[in-house]
Amino acid sequence: MTSLPADPPAKKLGLVIDLDICVGCHACAVNCKEWNTGGHSAPLPDFQPYSADPSGVWFNRIHSFEVTDEADDGSRTVYFPKSCLHCDDAPCVTVCPTGASYKRVEDGIVLVNPDTCIGCKLCSWACPYGAREYDEDAGVMKKCTLCVDRIYNDTLAPESRVPACVSTCPAGARHFGDLGDPDSGVSKLVAARGGYALMPEQECRPVNRYLPPRPRPSDSGGDRRETAPPPAADDERAGFLARWIDRALSR
Amino acid sequence: MIPNPFETVTEQVETAPVVADEIKKTTCYMCACRCGIQVYLKDGKVRYIEGNPEHPVNKGVLCAKGSAGIMNQYAPARLTKPLIRVGERGEAKFQEIEWAEALDVATRWLGGVRRRDPRKLAFFTGRDQSQSLTGWWAAQFGTPNFAAHGGFCSVNMAAAGLYTVGGAFWEFGEPDWDRTKYMMLFGVAEDHDSNPIKMGLGRLKTRGDAKFVSVNPVQTGYSAIADEWIGIRPGTDGLFVLAIVHELLKSDRFDADFLVRYTNAPWLVIQDPGAADDGLFARDAEGHVLCFDLGAGQLADAHGSDVKPALVGERQLPDGRTAKPVFQLLAERYLAPEHAADRVADRVGVPAATIRRIADELAHAAFEEEVVLDVPWTDWAGRRHEKMIGRPVAMHAMRGISAHSNGFHTCRALHVLQMLLGSVDVPGGWRYKAPFPKPIPPGPKPSGKAVAPETPLGGMPLGNPAGPEDLLVDEAGGPLRIDKAYSWEHPIAAHGLMQMVIRNAWEGDPYPVDVLFMYMANMAWNSSMNVSGTLHFLTDRDAETGEYKIPKIIYSDAYYSEMVPYADLILPDTTYLERYDCISLLDRPISSAEGPGDAIRHPVVAPDRDVRPFQDVLIELGARLGLPGLVDDSGAPKYPGGYPDYIVNHERTPGVGPLAGWRGTGDDHGRGAANPDQLARYIENGGFWHQELPLEHQFYKHANAGYLAYAKRMAFIGSEDQIVLQLYCEPLQRFRLAARGHGPHQPPDAHRPRIEAYFDPLPFWYPPFEQQAVDEDHYPLHAVTQRPAHMYHSWGSQNAWLRQITSHNRLYVNRKTAARLGIGDDDWVWVISPHDRVKGQVRLMAGTNADTVWTWNAIGKRAGAWGLGADAPEARRGFLLNHIISELLPTREDGLRYANADPVTGQAAWYDLRVRLEKCLPHEVGEADPAYAPLPNLPNQERTPPVLRYGAELAPAHHAPPAPSADEWIGNRRELARAVRGIPGGHGNRAAGDGE
Repeated sequence: MTSLPADPPAKKLGLVIDLDICVGCHACAVNCKEWNTGGHSAPLPDFQPYSADPSGVWFNRIHSFEVTDEADDGSRTVYFPKSCLHCDDAPCVTVCPTGASYKRVEDGIVLVNPDTCIGCKLCSWACPYGAREYDEDAGVMKKCTLCVDRIYNDTLAPESRVPACVSTCPAGARHFGDLGDPDSGVSKLVAARGGYALMPEQECRPVNRYLPPRPRPSDSGGDRRETAPPPAADDERAGFLARWIDRALSR
Repeated sequence: MIPNPFETVTEQVETAPVVADEIKKTTCYMCACRCGIQVYLKDGKVRYIEGNPEHPVNKGVLCAKGSAGIMNQYAPARLTKPLIRVGERGEAKFQEIEWAEALDVATRWLGGVRRRDPRKLAFFTGRDQSQSLTGWWAAQFGTPNFAAHGGFCSVNMAAAGLYTVGGAFWEFGEPDWDRTKYMMLFGVAEDHDSNPIKMGLGRLKTRGDAKFVSVNPVQTGYSAIADEWIGIRPGTDGLFVLAIVHELLKSDRFDADFLVRYTNAPWLVIQDPGAADDGLFARDAEGHVLCFDLGAGQLADAHGSDVKPALVGERQLPDGRTAKPVFQLLAERYLAPEHAADRVADRVGVPAATIRRIADELAHAAFEEEVVLDVPWTDWAGRRHEKMIGRPVAMHAMRGISAHSNGFHTCRALHVLQMLLGSVDVPGGWRYKAPFPKPIPPGPKPSGKAVAPETPLGGMPLGNPAGPEDLLVDEAGGPLRIDKAYSWEHPIAAHGLMQMVIRNAWEGDPYPVDVLFMYMANMAWNSSMNVSGTLHFLTDRDAETGEYKIPKIIYSDAYYSEMVPYADLILPDTTYLERYDCISLLDRPISSAEGPGDAIRHPVVAPDRDVRPFQDVLIELGARLGLPGLVDDSGAPKYPGGYPDYIVNHERTPGVGPLAGWRGTGDDHGRGAANPDQLARYIENGGFWHQELPLEHQFYKHANAGYLAYAKRMAFIGSEDQIVLQLYCEPLQRFRLAARGHGPHQPPDAHRPRIEAYFDPLPFWYPPFEQQAVDEDHYPLHAVTQRPAHMYHSWGSQNAWLRQITSHNRLYVNRKTAARLGIGDDDWVWVISPHDRVKGQVRLMAGTNADTVWTWNAIGKRAGAWGLGADAPEARRGFLLNHIISELLPTREDGLRYANADPVTGQAAWYDLRVRLEKCLPHEVGEADPAYAPLPNLPNQERTPPVLRYGAELAPAHHAPPAPSADEWIGNRRELARAVRGIPGGHGNRAAGDGE
C-alpha cells in the first residue's frame, strides 16, 4: 500500500558480512544496541531487564547453527548475524498501510517513520527475514537504520561515520558501502568471494550480502595428506644420537 | 497519475545529530583485555562507548562486553554506601554507615592485626588490575598473605613461560598474526585476550595464506572458524604436543641453529645419580655453565660466542664424572616409543595420522615457508646479521592448558615445541611483549620468611623461587603462608592460591587469620570450588568461643555479588568509568610485540552514590595505619591525593614509577623523575602510552643487542646479557634434589615422593590428578567450562543487555554420546562428580569431544544477588560446575590432602573434573539444584524497572543535515587489498591516505 521509490535508488548502501571469520562474539549486536538506543529510533527498550525472561528490541541478532556432515561425522559451527537487508523490493514497505515504512530515494535505506507508524505489525509479517523489531512499549515498529544518524554525521570523527556494527566488529567481518556501484570495494569483495543474497527465492532483492565460509583444507581432502605410515615402533634414539654426534653448529 | 496519499507524510530524518557534549578516552574494564575506549557523554550520562582507533590493544574495535558498559555503569546491582553487618553472616542484613565510620572500623581491625601478628591479615584481591599497588601495600603492612586471582586462572601459563622462555602466552607475548603461516591455538575458548585474538584471526584468515588450527574439546567461537578443529580430550594436550616433538625429532626437522644459539640445548648436565648435584648444569670454577666445543675439542663456557657446541655426546668432566647435553636428554626422552603418535592417539582422542600430519605441516611451515625480513640486526655478541629469518609458526594457549593439574608441564612442552621449531620471537612466530623477555629463572624471590609486628616485608609477597632456599616454610618445612604458596606443597605458586584461602583460614591450617580482606573476588560463588563448603567455612563458628572461625571479613566490590552477604564490612567501589586506574609495566601492562605500553583510567563520569575507588580507600587506610611507604617522616599521608597522587609520585626504584610515559619534564620515558603533568599527558594521548620499537629491535629480543640495551635503559631488565631460553629447567631439579635428601632445605618426608615425581626438569605428561584418583568407568566423562565471548571475565554479567543473550546455561553433550546414554535434547540431567551433583538442562552438539560435556562458565547466579529478581533464569535454570569440584584431592593413606591443583604452581585444576550423567526423574525436572535461599535486598537498593528505556532521554539535538555522502568501510582492508583487485590498500580499516 506504500510505494517504493518510482526509480530504484542508484545508491544501495548496505552491509557485506563475512561468515568465514565471524566468531559469533555478539560485538556488533551489542554495539548496535547501545548506539541505536539513543539514536534515530530511541529508545530500544528492554522488558524484564533484571528478572525472568529478559527481552528487548535489537536491530541485529546473532544466530548460531551447527552444520553436520553425516557422511564423515564432521561438523561446523556457523555464526550468522542478521539485521534488515534493505531490500530493493521491500515487502515491508509495500505492505505498510500508512506510509510509515519507506525506502529512501537517496541511498536505499529502509526506515520506519515513528510518527506515522500505527504498530499494526503487517510489515513484520511481510518480512521474510524476520528483521523487524516491534517496540511494544511505544507501540511502533523499529528496525536497523543502517545507522543513518552516523554515516552522514559530520559531528563525528570520520572513522565513526559508518554503521556501529561495522566499526566495532573485532574480526573485521563486516563491511559497509554502496552495493549499487559495481566499482565500490564492497561490490568487488562480493564478486571476488562469491557473496550471496539471502533467500533470493523470496524475490525481495536484498541489498546486503553474505560471504560464505571459504573451503577449508579439511573439506577438500587436498591438504589432508597424511604422512607415510610410520616405520615399526623401533627405538629411534640410537640412530638419532649417531646422526647428531659430530654436527658442529656455531653459536 | 493519482498521488498516493500515504506518501504525503515524509520523515525528516536527522542524519547529523549532535550526540555528545564531550568524548572522553579511557580504558575499558568489562574484562581483562584493557582496550581503549571513547566514552560519549551527553547531559552528564553515558550516551555511547566505542573502541579508540588509536589504541594499541583494540585499534578501534570493541567487543560485546565493552559495548555493554553503559548497562554496568547504571546497573541496579551497584553498591551505594558502606555497609556493616547487623544480622548473621550470610543473611545479607546490613546497616548503612558513613565512610568515616567504615574507615575507623577497618583501621581498628587492621591495626590490631598489625600490632599483634601481621600474618593474620589475609589480603586477596581477585580480578585486580592494580596488583603493583595492592601487593606493595601488603608488603608495607607486613603480611605475606597476599595474592590476586592468578592462582585460579593462569599461573601455569605464567610460571611455565617465565621459567622456560622468560615470557608467557597472553600477557607477555603474542602471535605474529600478520606474518605467520601456521597458527595453533590450544585451549582458548573465546577468551584471553579477547579482541586481539579476534582481530588477529580475522586478518590471518582474510590474508588467506596461513592455516589456523584450533585444539580444543569444543568447536565454538574461534574454533568455529578454524581451518582445522582438533577436538582433543581434555588434559591430554601435553601428550599430543610431545608426540609432535617425537615426530619432529625422528625426522630431524627442528631448528638446530636456533637451539644452539638461543637455548640451553648444548648445556651439559651432570650425570651422577645419587650425587647432590646430579642433574644440575656442569659449571667451571667461576660458575660458568659448560658445553662441549667441537671446534676446540674441549669443554668451554656455554655462553661464549665462538664455540661450536655439541648437541649430543656424553662428555667427561674435569673431575672424571660424565655429563650429557640437554638436547641429548631431551631427544632420549621424547624419541622413546611411548611418545610415538600411534601410542598416544587413543588417549588424546586424535588419530595418529592426524598427529603426524600436524607435525609435518608445522615443519613445512617453519622450514619451507620461512619469512625473511631485510632488516639488519646485531646479536648479543656484537655480530651483525643482514636479515631476520622467521619460522612462521605461531602459537597461543590459555585456560584449556592452564586449568589442569598437569598444566605447568604441558605449557612447558608447548614452549619446547616452539623452540624446536625456532619460532620464539622471530618473524611469523610467537613474540614477546615488553618488558619481556626477562632473565630466567625469573626474579625477584617471594618475601615473607621473617614477619614481625609493625614491620614491612623485605620485598614483595609474590615472587619466583629458584630453589628450596627461596621457599616460605618454617623449620619443620611447614607453610608460612595461609594459602600454602611457596611451601613444599606448591613450591612455585607464583600467583598464590587464592582458591585455598577461605578453607585454610577456616581450618586454621597452617594457622587461623583474624581479618580476611578481599577485593573484586566472588569467592562465595563462581570463583570458588566447592561452593557449599565455602559458604560453610565463611559462616562456621568456633564451638567454644562462639566466634566465627574467620572472625572479620572486609570486602570491596562495586556490585551486589554473592560474596557481599558473607562480609562484615563492605567498602563500596566505583565503576571503571568513575575512577583512576593504572595499567602498569610493573604489573600487567598493555604492551604489544611492537613495543611497550601502559595506560590509565580516569573518571569520565562522577559517581552518583556514596562510593569510593578501592585504591583510594586502600591508600587512605595505609596512611591511617602509618604504613611505612604510605606516610612521610612526620607521619602525614604521603599520597593525600589518593590513587592519582600515588600513580604520579610513587617510585618503586629511583626514576621508576607506576607509569612509564612522560616522566621528568615530559620527555623521559621509562625512567625519569615524577612529572606532575603526567596524568594530563596520558589523558591528552587518549589514556595510554605506547612506544613502537624500531623493526631491528622487534625480534630476537632475547639475544638482540640493541633491544637488550634499550630494555636495560628502560629498567625492564638489569643486565644486557643474552637471555638463554631454557629447554631444561634447572630450578625444578634443585627441588628434586632436595626431595632426594640433598641440601640444607629438606621437605617433610610426606612430600618427598611428589616433589621427586613432578619436579622433572624436562616436561612430561601425566594424567590429571582427579582422573588418577577416580574410577573412570564410574565417572566416564570430562566436564569443562568455556567462556562465552560476550561474558568472558565479565563479573558484571547481570548486565541488562548481555543477559538477554545468555541468561542461563545448558549442558552441552556430544550427540552420539547422548544417544548412547539415552539422553535427548532438552532433557534435564544430574551431573555427578565424586564430590557432589548439580542439575542442568542438556543441549546436544556434534562439535564436542565425545568424552566431554561442557557448559558456559559463571552464568548461574544465586537468587537475589546482582540486582536480579529471584525468578531470574540465572538462578532458576543456570548452574555452576563449581558446586561439584572439590578444592581438595582425595585423602591419601597417610591422611594428607593436597589442593586440587597443579603440584608445581598450585594452579586450580578446574578442568580435571570427571562426571557421569543421570537423567532427572520427572518430578526433578525444571529447576536448578542446588538452590539456595534468595538473598534479600540491601538497604536502599535500587528497585529494578519492569521496562528499561535507556536512551529515551538522550533524544538527539538538531543539527543541520550536511550533503549526504557515506564513506565505505572494508574490515581488514589491508589484507583484502592483497587478494581482491580494486580494493584500495590501507592501514587497518582506513583506506590509504585516509586519515594517515
